[in-house]
Amino acid sequence: MINVPSTVKIAFRALRVNKMRSALTMLGIIIGVAAVVTMLAIGSGASKMIEEQISSIGSNLLMIVPGSTSAGGMRMGSGSQPTLTIWDAEAILKECPSVLDVAPVISGTCQIVYGNQNWSTGVFGTTPNMLNVRDWPLASGRPFRDQDVRSSTKVCLLGKTVIDNLFGSIDPVGKIVRIKKVPFTVIGVLEPKGQSLMGQDNDDIVYVPVSTAQKKLFGTLFPGMIRLIMVKAKSLDALAKAEVEVTDLLRQRHHIVHKQEDDFSVRNLTQMFQIAENSMKIFSLLLGSIASVSLLVGGIGIMNIMLVSVTERTREIGIRMAVGAKTWDIRLQFLIEALILSLIGGSVGIAIGVSGATVLSAMAGWPTIVSPLSIILAFGFSGMVGIFFGFYPAYKASLLNPIEALRYE
Amino acid sequence: MELIELKEINKVYKIGDIGVHALNNVSLIIKKGEFVAIIGPSGSGKSTFMNVIGCLDQPTTGRYLLEGTDIGSLSRDKLAEIRNKKIGFVFQGFNLLSRATSLENVELPMLYNGFSAKERRQRALPALEAVGLKGREKHHPNQLSGGEQQRVAIARALVNNSSIILADEPTGNLDTKTSKEIMELFVKLNTESNITIILVTHELDIAAYSRRIIKFSDGFVVSDEVKKSMEHGAR
Ligand SMILES: Nc1ncnc2c1ncn2[C@@H]1O[C@H](COP(=O)(O)OP(=O)(O)OP(=O)(O)O)[C@@H](O)[C@H]1O
Ligand SMILES: [Mg+2]
Repeated sequence: MINVPSTVKIAFRALRVNKMRSALTMLGIIIGVAAVVTMLAIGSGASKMIEEQISSIGSNLLMIVPGSTSAGGMRMGSGSQPTLTIWDAEAILKECPSVLDVAPVISGTCQIVYGNQNWSTGVFGTTPNMLNVRDWPLASGRPFRDQDVRSSTKVCLLGKTVIDNLFGSIDPVGKIVRIKKVPFTVIGVLEPKGQSLMGQDNDDIVYVPVSTAQKKLFGTLFPGMIRLIMVKAKSLDALAKAEVEVTDLLRQRHHIVHKQEDDFSVRNLTQMFQIAENSMKIFSLLLGSIASVSLLVGGIGIMNIMLVSVTERTREIGIRMAVGAKTWDIRLQFLIEALILSLIGGSVGIAIGVSGATVLSAMAGWPTIVSPLSIILAFGFSGMVGIFFGFYPAYKASLLNPIEALRYE
Repeated sequence: MELIELKEINKVYKIGDIGVHALNNVSLIIKKGEFVAIIGPSGSGKSTFMNVIGCLDQPTTGRYLLEGTDIGSLSRDKLAEIRNKKIGFVFQGFNLLSRATSLENVELPMLYNGFSAKERRQRALPALEAVGLKGREKHHPNQLSGGEQQRVAIARALVNNSSIILADEPTGNLDTKTSKEIMELFVKLNTESNITIILVTHELDIAAYSRRIIKFSDGFVVSDEVKKSMEHGAR
């Protein structure tokens, strides 16, 4: 039969008397909870990013681009032209056992016109394999076939953003669009993938047969030239093996001798995400240790202040005991006070943590997600700190001898 | 069944190897509705006696029956409940909560027996009025005179319909005129509401308000006199 509302009121009054002291006591909790919230926001942002990257680009991918990379970044292989061809792509598919599928890409930004609407977007010349490599189904229509690549037909697949901008609500399948003034028939519509966390629009895209792109849209310095080869390994475990196989094969095909540098570079997309994920995780871990230390310090601070408060209010405790306060009445009074301290600190910490996450994603470009669960978790955690560290002072108060407490000066 | 029955109560404080006998073989009965004054020199055990009958302290040996209940067998919380329901304390130093208003101070005992905020208010207001403090509900102790503070303490002691008021030198900090007013309030409560009043005092003219005077010396009860006349001496 403990009177909670009145006890809460009493606690607030006691805390108001020492505003500055109460505020300083909360500081540790504030910092700790802010760090927890930011940490969780970065953590879930990181895993969401990985998930999204994989679903938007495709899983188990290698990207092969012309030119070598060295410590200074990208630079061209000595004296040679960038030399990736569609035949390299075909050879990889044929000869590398760990590779599931391969798609070559030649790309550029082009103006597309339908009726009086026009839209500028990335046009990608590729093979039918691309949809498999990127795990990308069609929403309607048909994909282009090997036949389309062989005979350089002028057909294209459109992403949702392009359709929205050119067609509105009209069904685009079968319609003719002009890409760089060349008429193409729309044969299919790509399933929308949506915006990535990094803010790029996956659906702002046009696919055309690679041969058509080479001949009609971009032109080539040498026959079969492409910009990029996307390679899909058979599994995540096969990825590293595929990387070795592809490198060996291309060195052999490009006649690169023993000590010479590659004239191409293989990027392991999954690895790149993992590196990004790792740096985010390390930062999370750092925040996590800051959080635990400051929560501990904050908790001890609360305990300290509550002990002081119990001593200062010994006489008050004696009066309450004399008029009938029981053990748990006294305990609860001080526990609630500690709880209020820690929960206010927790709320302020949550507010700071949420804005910290926002600032961080703006400054470092890291996607952060503040989930309701993490807020509940942080709030609950600060409450637990309050109860844990408030218990001893409350316990001590409840064991005071009423006569001695009444006599206390 | 008597209201208060003490049987060979001893209270010994041990300080190092020396035992201080604050109470020595105290046996007595106090009936409902009595008005008792406790007198005696400083250090004679008066406050210790009050603490024992107020269930704030336990005797070292001996039995204390309050309305037939043996207090010695009760837990801390049970004692708190008895203090809450049956006993009201009035102290020399008032012992009010300084951060609370007089109304809140009077409501305090009811905080611990499950009354709602509304019920607390409904009972505290008349209690304050009964001690003549209507209009002082929102005052804090430091905005009240000593006499007024002691009235708040008396209202607090009354508010739970306690049948016993224990007052340890209630007028010790008050001037003669105010002391007289407080004593008259006690007399009124005693005669009109049949509340048992036990008070400790150093002053004989305060003791004269009572109908029975118990004198302590070195922890012994050295005299226990009931006045023949029902008249109160100082009136
Ligand atoms: N907590 C304690 N520890 C040790 N000795 C105590 C304690 N409380 C009281 N005493 C001793 O017990 C004796 C009785 O004390 P008590 O307070 O009952 O006296 P009193 O009659 O109320 O005196 P006063 O008139 O000065 O208030 C004293 O000798 C005192 O020193
Ligand atoms: Mg005394």
